[in-house]
Amino acid sequence: MTENSERRVISVIVINEASVLSRITDLFSGRGYNITSLTVAPIPESKYSRLTIVTSGSVRVIEQITKQLHKLIPILRVYEHADLVEKEMALVKFPISDNISDINTLCEAYNGKIVNVGENVIIAMVADEPKRVENFLRVIKRYNPKEIVRSGAVALER
Amino acid sequence: MQISGAQMVIEALIAEGVDTVFGYPGGAIMNVYDEIYKQNNFQHILNRHEQASVHAAEGYAKASGKVGVAMITSGPGFTNAVTGLADAYMDSIPLVVISGQVPMSLIGTDAFQEIDAVGISRSCTKHNYLVTDAADLARVLKEAFYIARTGRPGPVHVDIPKDVTAQIAEFDYSKPVELETYKPHTKGNPRQIKKAIEAIANSKRPVFYLGGGIINANAAYEVRDLVHKTGIPAVETFMARGVLAHDDALLIGMLGMHGSYASNMAMSETDLVIALGARFDDRVTGKLSEFAKNAAVIHVDIDPASISKLVNADYPIVGDVKNVVNELLELCSKIDATKYELWRETINNFNELHPLTFHEDSERIKPQWVVKRVGELLGDDANISTDVGQHQMWAGQFYPFSRPRQFISSGGLGTMGFGFPAAIGVKAATPNKTSINFTGDGSILMNCQELMTAVEKKLPVINIILNNNYLGMVRQWQTLFYDKRHSETDLTVQPDFVKLSEAFGGIGYRVHTKEEFDAALKDAVEKDVVAFIEVIVHRLENVMPMVPSGGSLFNMMLLEKKETK
Repeated sequence: MTENSERRVISVIVINEASVLSRITDLFSGRGYNITSLTVAPIPESKYSRLTIVTSGSVRVIEQITKQLHKLIPILRVYEHADLVEKEMALVKFPISDNISDINTLCEAYNGKIVNVGENVIIAMVADEPKRVENFLRVIKRYNPKEIVRSGAVALER
Repeated sequence: MQISGAQMVIEALIAEGVDTVFGYPGGAIMNVYDEIYKQNNFQHILNRHEQASVHAAEGYAKASGKVGVAMITSGPGFTNAVTGLADAYMDSIPLVVISGQVPMSLIGTDAFQEIDAVGISRSCTKHNYLVTDAADLARVLKEAFYIARTGRPGPVHVDIPKDVTAQIAEFDYSKPVELETYKPHTKGNPRQIKKAIEAIANSKRPVFYLGGGIINANAAYEVRDLVHKTGIPAVETFMARGVLAHDDALLIGMLGMHGSYASNMAMSETDLVIALGARFDDRVTGKLSEFAKNAAVIHVDIDPASISKLVNADYPIVGDVKNVVNELLELCSKIDATKYELWRETINNFNELHPLTFHEDSERIKPQWVVKRVGELLGDDANISTDVGQHQMWAGQFYPFSRPRQFISSGGLGTMGFGFPAAIGVKAATPNKTSINFTGDGSILMNCQELMTAVEKKLPVINIILNNNYLGMVRQWQTLFYDKRHSETDLTVQPDFVKLSEAFGGIGYRVHTKEEFDAALKDAVEKDVVAFIEVIVHRLENVMPMVPSGGSLFNMMLLEKKETK
């Protein structure tokens, strides 16, 4: 196939029951689809959970992903987003040095701040669009981050 | 009412109108088998291997149109059944398979005969359940039957821990199924249907591409009506054999890898493919980019994911094929059936150029002759099952099918060992028809223990073993594509098939000539006991014509005009 691969965000509303997550991840691995990131949490005051899956593929593959997801019995809705607000969070652990204020300033530029200060390390948090989070992580390399964790994207249709 | 989980299983099966259960007992399912012992509402057929139980349930389901039921124990009982689940999943066969599981307190402890059954069956079932409370059993079993038979049918697996089958709880099977997340789309979009009719009316060389979904939807007779009213020629997939009668003038034949030349050429030359309940499988399309290259595509299917999966549909119609065909029938007066005269003639010319046939041999029986001969002798009176391999393709090519549900074979998964147990299920579902299983000397050994089942339950399946002392289909590929290196396909060392059948209490025939074959078949039909008819056939016969894997449909290897021995 010569079709172009595109990054897409898919939201899935599922009944919050045992093994529903495996059904979804098995579908992706079994059919050879990509998962770039996946987040899942219950929807408040309901029996449902919401998953946000970032994936990539040709138009045909993305169409198959949404259709195959829809075939799973406990899935209520599948949205393939076109126009959306997308956010991701990252936590970064830095060794304490004389650059704390620089790090803090950088974090602020990416909707974040220093959220924990220990004897030897600080933990900073940013929350922004995935592309910007990536940019942030590239920029802070010079401050020798010890550990980085990303949450994966969550998204809402505008 | 307050009853045990095991009793609930029985009550649910009775409420679903189940008359036959195929299975094999074991530790974790014993509570349920205890209740089976106490009841007289349905028969239990004890297969001699769990794989055979599921295939028998498949054969039963395909022949009857009802949901097939199999019951097995945990661990190895379940893993043996997985091939059957996968087979049913690929061919959209409605099944409910109930397995025992170790008690809840032992789940996750690597207990004796414990395996994560739902973890394994997840990818080869339409849906599955692990029941953790007997109070859920009524709902789960009712949903299982509902999901199995509605929408695109498929197998549903229900895993029940042993303590849940012992647990007493309230049972009420009268509550309707409420699945807010599962609502199959059965009615086709009327606007799309109108557009499809216009596309048909404007086409010059349309072809109906009939798939197995028509049989699942019980729509064969409506489809026959539509084909006849429109005068549009039709090809059938292997799974759709019997949708049109073999002598229907508008039936071009089977298409695909071993389809007829005329079918594949019609598919290559058409300007409009009308796909009904077919899924553009790779064995049908050959090279995708060359498949029906100049055609628009109407695709009717109950499964939205089948539409535009492999071939883009210009007129996608999601719905039950029976509903949609009925809608099409109402509008089809717009179509001028005389318009396709020239097109039909073109197809007839293709057929005359390279008809589907074979060359007789003076020394040995040709396997194709056997299939044709059974057709001549039994025709509509027989239901035909097959195993997998050359004999399967010959059955698809040469048997004169006259009705839907007459042909039962493992299409999608291609499971050797399917045929004999499936034919047992077919016989259980349709006792008044002769149940024939065409098989090979390779396939038959993959479930030959079912001789015992057939003898015990008096299910007189006639297994016709086309014996070429080869794993024939693989041998054919080795001959054609591996420079005749017949790696591990020579089956010269064999059991005595006659004695094998006799050892179980069946009957056996070894046949070298056509006269012997006629006599053996006649005798087997009269004797009404399970039989092996071993036919010594030409060793190196190939299934022809053939589209080599990945090739284009119009580029077929054809039967040589004069074959060398």
